[in-house]
Amino acid sequence: MMAVIILVCSIVFLTQFFVSYCRSLIAASVKHPLSAEVQDVTGIKSSATGEDFARVVQLLQLCPDRPEDRSGIQAIGAYFGLLGFMRATVARIVPSLLAWTETERGLCTYFAAVTLERRIAFSRDMFAQQLE
Amino acid sequence: MIWLFGILCEAAVLVCAIKGRAFRRYLLLNVYMGATVIAEIARYKILSQYGNPSTQYTYYYFYSDAILTIFLYFALTTLYAHVFSDMKAEKYVKFGALLLLAGTAAFTLAVVVQSSQRLVTHFVIELSQNLYFVGLVLTYVLWAAILKLRETRTRLVQLVLSLGVYFSLLAANYAIRNLSPTLGNYIAPLVQIFGLFLPLAWAYAFWRLPEESKLTPATLAVIPR
Repeated sequence: MMAVIILVCSIVFLTQFFVSYCRSLIAASVKHPLSAEVQDVTGIKSSATGEDFARVVQLLQLCPDRPEDRSGIQAIGAYFGLLGFMRATVARIVPSLLAWTETERGLCTYFAAVTLERRIAFSRDMFAQQLE
Repeated sequence: MIWLFGILCEAAVLVCAIKGRAFRRYLLLNVYMGATVIAEIARYKILSQYGNPSTQYTYYYFYSDAILTIFLYFALTTLYAHVFSDMKAEKYVKFGALLLLAGTAAFTLAVVVQSSQRLVTHFVIELSQNLYFVGLVLTYVLWAAILKLRETRTRLVQLVLSLGVYFSLLAANYAIRNLSPTLGNYIAPLVQIFGLFLPLAWAYAFWRLPEESKLTPATLAVIPR
């Protein structure tokens, strides 16, 4: 009985912490303006949509990454999946959730674009160091 | 392979904390990560010397896990001290943390005495499990305090939330193991992967976020309609 209570509490808390953590990652990246170059590459001008997420992640995978950067994009990837699941299930019953999930999915894409920009900058730095 | 990556990630936290000038500010968090690196390397050495089903490895695993959990518990209390720093409540936080730790240990001992012959070993295992749940509840209370006090430091918020995710995962893992040991064996490799979340998230927070970075915590918890 005790184990069941702990399991239920853990799952409820986990969901809450995870969603808040992902939103804190997004909130920190939303203030970062995208460079014209990344806007051209990703096709994101002012606001992003959830439809672009997979494409931006594909672009991300082309760039070398750092371990410190991985947790962010992996967490956002999982959050994006969770939002997709919500959109396909609960949002059909509660229509107000549909608009919210779409906004959040767009923000996930924006986060991925900001990460892409950082990785491009990191690659450039590495290249410059090799030339020196 | 995951093991090696885990050690690298834990070491990366220390490097990022030094680089982000956060080593002293979050000293106990970094002490915990440093202790984890040492414990993991020792764990690897014992495993390679004695093998996986050995008594030595089993004892070392559970005893080191208990010590690391106590370290993490105290690391959590320093996050409390950061959140309540304006109220000058550090003394009360330390006292409360020690009291709760002693209470958890006494409760664990009371349970173990009734059901086990190998008292110390059983106590150590049970204490770890109970501390994970106490840590989870404390992290949730801290998150509620962050929302209530409108704490805006992004780095601090992310450190607390990632710790909450980590405690939730470990508490859920132990609950599943108690409910169904067979299922527990299946999810054991997954837990190892999930365990990487904490060092990666902390490394990210130290490396990417400056201390002065701010956010509005209310926007993280409330779903706008």
